[in-house]
This record gives sequence, C-alpha cells and structure tokens, in this order.
Amino acid sequence: MARTALPGRLTWRVARLIEARDETPTARTLVLDVPGWPGHLAGQHVDVRLTADDGYTAQRSYSIAAPADGDRVELTVQRVPDGEVSPYLTEVFSKGDPVEMRGPVGGWFVWRPADTAPVLLVAGGSGIVPLMAMVRARRAAGSRVPFRLIYSVRTPSDVYYADELRRRARDDGGLDVTYAYTRAVPEGWREPPRRLGVAAVNTAGWPPDLEPACFVCGPTGFVEAVADILVALGHDPRRVRTERFGPTAGPAESPTASTAESPEANPASAAKRPTASPTEGPTAEPAPGPKEARP
Amino acid sequence: MTDLYTDGNALAGPLREIFAVDVTAATSQCASCGQAGPVATLRVYDHAPGLVARCPGCEEVVLRLVRGPSAAWLDMRGAVFLRVPL
Repeated sequence: MARTALPGRLTWRVARLIEARDETPTARTLVLDVPGWPGHLAGQHVDVRLTADDGYTAQRSYSIAAPADGDRVELTVQRVPDGEVSPYLTEVFSKGDPVEMRGPVGGWFVWRPADTAPVLLVAGGSGIVPLMAMVRARRAAGSRVPFRLIYSVRTPSDVYYADELRRRARDDGGLDVTYAYTRAVPEGWREPPRRLGVAAVNTAGWPPDLEPACFVCGPTGFVEAVADILVALGHDPRRVRTERFGPTAGPAESPTASTAESPEANPASAAKRPTASPTEGPTAEPAPGPKEARP
Repeated sequence: MTDLYTDGNALAGPLREIFAVDVTAATSQCASCGQAGPVATLRVYDHAPGLVARCPGCEEVVLRLVRGPSAAWLDMRGAVFLRVPL
C-alpha cells in the first residue's frame, strides 16, 4: 500500500528498544529510540504494531510515560495474561529489537506546562502512566503549578515508579501524592484496604472553588466512578478529563461509587485500548491500555 | 457492563491516519439527542470489526470507523457537526 507521505500525516516509524526497567513483576518500562520523533505532550499516547512472520498484525495503544526528550520515547506496558502484544513487549522484546510505532496521538487528555490551573491527577492501576508523564513534565519544565496525585492500586507491590514517586513527593515542591490500596495495605497503614471513595477524593483532591484541572485515567469503571465523585463534589464536568482503558484485569479496582461490573480493573495502562481493525486481526486482549487493556 | 467500552481517546490514532488534525479534541454534537462534547468523551466499542463511537448521553451511534486493507470507511451520520479547534 503505497501512501503519499504528506506532512502531518500519521505514519508508522520503526522504534528500537534501548533500555528496559521492571516496574512491578508484571509491568515493564520500555525506553525506545525513534529516529525523527516529532516530540509530544504529557498525556498523549502511541499506537504500537507487531507483525508476525505470516503477516498477521496486532496493534495496541500505549500511553507515553515521560515528557519529550529528543528521539526517546518511554512507555510502560502492563502484561495482560493471554495478550497478543503485551507478553511479547514485557518478556521477549530485547535491546536493539525493532517495533512499529505511530504517534504521538491524542490532543484532549494532555497537560501543557503553560497551563496555570492547579492539577488533580487520579490514577487507577496502570492509569498512572500518562499521569506520570504529567508529573515528570511539570518538573522538567520548572512549573510551579500545584499538583495532587491520588493513585489507586491493589497492593503496595503494584505501584509503578514507586521509588521515583517517593522521591518526587519529597523533592518536587508543590507535588502531593496519596495512595489508595484496594486489596492489601503496607504495614502500619492508617486503614484497611478500601476502594477510592468520595471522602478520600475530597480529602486528597482540591476544593472545586480552586477550579483545578482534573485528569482521571484507569479502567472504565474506575474512571466513571471517580468522574462521578468529582462532579458530585462540585467540579465542573468540563474540567474533568478522562481516559479509559476499557475492560481489564489488573491492579486497579473500581472505586466505591462504581457501577462497574468488572472489579478487575485493568492494570494495563499500557494495555489500554486495543484498537482492532479488520485488517489487523482480532484483538484477543481484554484491553486496557491506557490500551491492551490501553493508558 | 461499563468495562465493555473505552472512550474517544482511543480514536486518536485511527482518525489521525485520516485527518491532518487531532479530532479527539474537537467537539461533536449528537444527531440524536443534541448533546455536544469532545470526541474524546464518546463511548468507544472496539470489539466489533472497526470502531463504534456512541454518545455518552443517549448511547446512539455518533461515528463509525472501519479500516480496510486499502481504505478507511468513516460513517458520521450520527454527528450534526464537528467543531475543530484551529
């Protein structure tokens, strides 16, 4: 399929792995070199495509985990059991290996360093990935905009970027980080495991009067419950931006107010949304993803 | 059943393949109920062949996109307009 290369047209590029870091036993950060990368905004994502020897292709969306840095693009991928793409990316994909990537895409769920409103970030499981890009972009740009991050995970071992978040909560002036554990808590934690509810969001978030920009990312049920909570607390729905991974199975769980039937929220931010197109074969993954399950 | 869908953010790549601008940040108005909002907030069902985006207000189909081997089919009969920030 020859395509005319028009400027601005989204095209596939070849990315190569230059470094990988394990974030949890099932999530891995991939640092890729993408020659000619045009740069991106915190919150944007990419589509990744794998092609088998027989020509079969599978495509997933993954949130970018770090702000623009030349040709480097960082993704964090949550392994989805029985997935078509994430097991390869988290277990097989090695330094120097190529993968097809296109992006950056998405212009709505983004934070720009020039923005001046206080920011509330609410992450469910792997939904932390695009929000971490915002936290990192804030520091990289020297922004003094106050940030609050509420991070819901199943257990302490499911926390991505754990050391870095601990360090940033101490060193990045104006960044507050609060955790909600839904299945198991650290020793000496102040309360038993519980889903994120109205009281916690009210306490750890911003008063609506401050008109904060709210970004919520995670499995669909989690996102909708948190968005409902924010609106109920008085936040203008237009200031609540959401990104859903879709169905999933993973570390995040639906908050208390959730009407979701699937309590297994998806970890995969990475695995956000599998975007299947007819030519690309079925997507077997339950998708989150920020996109294999997507995020 | 909320986890059966994702949202319009997932349309970013597939639509960016067709349009020169990001359409997910554009505002669309539902032809069925009149609700307007960012394309990124539509409910997207991606398990069928192609992508089906429904109005979060009334659940009617706003947009459908199918990518074939040599062409993309975009059905927007459910949208009154797209307002694209420029």
